[in-house]
Amino acid sequence: MRARRLLWLPALALFLCVPFLPGLPLFWVNLLDTIGIASIVALGLVVLTGVAGMTSFGQASFMGFGAYASALLTQAGFSPWLGLPAAIIASLAAALVIGAAAVRLSGHYLALATIAWSVSLFYLFGNLDLTGRYDGINGLPALDLFGIGLGDSRRFFVLVWICVALAMLGTRNLLDSRVGRSVRALRGGAVAASSFGVHTTWARMLAFLYAAMLAGLAGWLYANFQRAVNPTPFGLNASIEYLLMAVIGGAAHIPGALLGAAVVTILNDRLQSLLPLLLGAQGSFETIVFGALLVLMLQIAPEGLWPRLVRLRPARRVIGHAPELPRRAMPQRGDAVLDVRDLRKNFGGLVAVNDVSFRLSAGEIVGLIGPNGAGKSTTFNLLTGIDHASAGHVAFRGARLRATAPAIARAGIARSFQHVRLVAAMPVIENVAIGAHLRGRAGAVAALLRLDRAEEARLFAEAARQLARVGLAEHADRPAASLALGQQRIVEIARALCLDPVLLLLDEPAAGLRHAEKQALAALFGWW
Amino acid sequence: MNSVDPTIFLILLQDGIVNGAIYALLALSLVLVFAVTRVVLIPQGEFVAYGALTYATLGAGRVPGSVFLLCALGIAACGYGFWAERRTLDLSATLRLLGETILLPAAVLVLTLWLAPQRAGIAVEAFLALLIVAPMAPYLYRIAFQPMAEASVLVLLIAAVGVHLAMVGLGLVFFGPEGSRGDAFSGATYTLGALTVPGQALWIVGATLLIMAALALFFGLTLRGKALRATAVNRLGARLVGIPTAQSGRLAFALAGCIGALSGVLIAPLTTVYYDSGFLIGLKGFVAAIVGGLVSYPAALVAALAVGIGESFSSFYASAFKEVIVFGAIVPVLLARSLLAAPEAEEE
Repeated sequence: MRARRLLWLPALALFLCVPFLPGLPLFWVNLLDTIGIASIVALGLVVLTGVAGMTSFGQASFMGFGAYASALLTQAGFSPWLGLPAAIIASLAAALVIGAAAVRLSGHYLALATIAWSVSLFYLFGNLDLTGRYDGINGLPALDLFGIGLGDSRRFFVLVWICVALAMLGTRNLLDSRVGRSVRALRGGAVAASSFGVHTTWARMLAFLYAAMLAGLAGWLYANFQRAVNPTPFGLNASIEYLLMAVIGGAAHIPGALLGAAVVTILNDRLQSLLPLLLGAQGSFETIVFGALLVLMLQIAPEGLWPRLVRLRPARRVIGHAPELPRRAMPQRGDAVLDVRDLRKNFGGLVAVNDVSFRLSAGEIVGLIGPNGAGKSTTFNLLTGIDHASAGHVAFRGARLRATAPAIARAGIARSFQHVRLVAAMPVIENVAIGAHLRGRAGAVAALLRLDRAEEARLFAEAARQLARVGLAEHADRPAASLALGQQRIVEIARALCLDPVLLLLDEPAAGLRHAEKQALAALFGWW
Repeated sequence: MNSVDPTIFLILLQDGIVNGAIYALLALSLVLVFAVTRVVLIPQGEFVAYGALTYATLGAGRVPGSVFLLCALGIAACGYGFWAERRTLDLSATLRLLGETILLPAAVLVLTLWLAPQRAGIAVEAFLALLIVAPMAPYLYRIAFQPMAEASVLVLLIAAVGVHLAMVGLGLVFFGPEGSRGDAFSGATYTLGALTVPGQALWIVGATLLIMAALALFFGLTLRGKALRATAVNRLGARLVGIPTAQSGRLAFALAGCIGALSGVLIAPLTTVYYDSGFLIGLKGFVAAIVGGLVSYPAALVAALAVGIGESFSSFYASAFKEVIVFGAIVPVLLARSLLAAPEAEEE
């Protein structure tokens, strides 16, 4: 099992020998270098666009920040190797500044903003004396490693593809982790994730920074590959090409980035030599084909080529034995847990929740009942920080409850939703594990370096335990959307249990359930 | 910064208002298209460039290549139309489709081949340029957007970027890399105190006002206009009461194409237009449209004037960074919009 997982290492070693094959024209080596660099940028888009659902037409400008930072440093006489940390810091810094505004933008506004900054930065690079205006910075010295010059594109190939391999590995590690799940929950599950303690703005920022970092790395490689930089490869059209790569390859799949980069780069090269001959004029006519291709892909295969080439099977997650997660101190039976006084919510002139007051003690099961439109779900939303109350007091275990969803989750209130909010494509077990988000601590760096395995094992052991408790253990590896609606409701309960909650708020848990399912649900309540 | 000379101030202001009027027209059409079809019409700028270059080529007594593109798009739209409506097509629908996509471009082609060499005059050439460029928009709607009309705004936006990319490339094929200028509608200049107002500037402002008035009447008084508004408010609801939403989409695109091409014809005499000039012009219309959240016409109008004036002043004080300033300004606007928008909406 472990041996099979490491099979990619000898495969990579073999691949790194490819440029030294006798008889392979330099032209193809150069093309493969270009593909490698492009696929790193596209990989960032997989995380940002494919997984987190944030479309960016600005990745090439982050590449530009990396490339210019590295070129400026090299030009000033420093080692090109020093350019690598400089490139990554520059692109991360740019992403931090731009991202502070950008991650708050929703949907198409973000995409439009990326177009605007892409255009804006192109003119900035092209008009500053510092960046050499439109001529850029030329004649950079070649990289060398202990006296071995990497200026030759055959040797540079090795560097590029080691970077590609590391980027792919890092991306896989990141997505398969505690923070990775919070990024993956952004598409369609952001509200639910925030109810389990995920700071969604931070998760968006993380995806943004990670994509920019990969673009910065690619920029460093680009500057040392071309040994020159100018504004054109970092303009809007380049950014559109990277997005095209992600869309063609399959924006939600890591290998899709590689596939898309290869298809677009090779196509670009062929078209650039073919179309001017065909049309009898010079110019970048390949944009016609690329534009049409982009539209066509979205029309006939929006999920990209990779899922069409490879039959994707849900992987089986092996849950090992791991020490139980620590549990929070629970109140004594009969202690006051929740005290709601005069809770009120106005939507414009409509009073949705009109001065609701009630108390809850530990060990109680209390039903909140009322006709449609009475404000039951709104009350739940107020109590869990998804909506904000217009007036009223909520005390939880004697202290005033803070109004943000993650803080409320941290206090120990878990909930389910009237309209099921699971991440549709994510396996059930990982959906449940999101419930345990606050019981782990590992961050993005630990995830990238796989230092989070022990904690992950404990989180998944807990998720498996709760899933078994609600009787859905055999469905652990299926995508959440493939379950029946009633089962999805139960998955939501398992997820809520993973928080180790003091108070469980179930919003219409039996709605849409069949008789047998209702009985099973009642049995579940009976255990408590 | 040097002190502002009042004459320079007035000249910059005048420039800004003239540019702002064009941006206002574009912003209007962008808001219209977005409201009806949810497509963020990135290629709007290309209609401007096509309009300007087609008009300039006609003015030089040559047949513009765009007329052949019109025919090709018509044929493609016809194919898409037959495929999309293959189950519901009856005789009258077939005839309508053929008329819209084959007969119309054929007639325009014949007209162009006949009129282009004989320099029929500015008015005829301007009208012909409109006839050549405007129908491309509804054809593009049929080809690119109608097959995925129910996709998310984001997917439609990416598709719009694809259309933009392809149209810029086609512009290079049909118009070449050289820029062109068209003939002015009026060579007259009027003196107003220290200010010299060229007749073309008055044409632009006048045409803008006229189009706005016409659009207001169209939306307020005609059934077609009301159907468009209904589609904008609620697509499903509109369909339930019998409004063909696909047709509304094509109509919105046709209006946008007309406005784009007309804007191109109007600016052709003022500035040299290249095959790829349209994008930046269109993007400034966008900046304005976005200020109104892509839904508000009055906000878009005011913003368009502000963009025009801001651009003309920044080109005077920091001409190299003009674009940096104009597009940099959009980010805080977008941020404000996002923060104002209801946060509870979950994206997908």
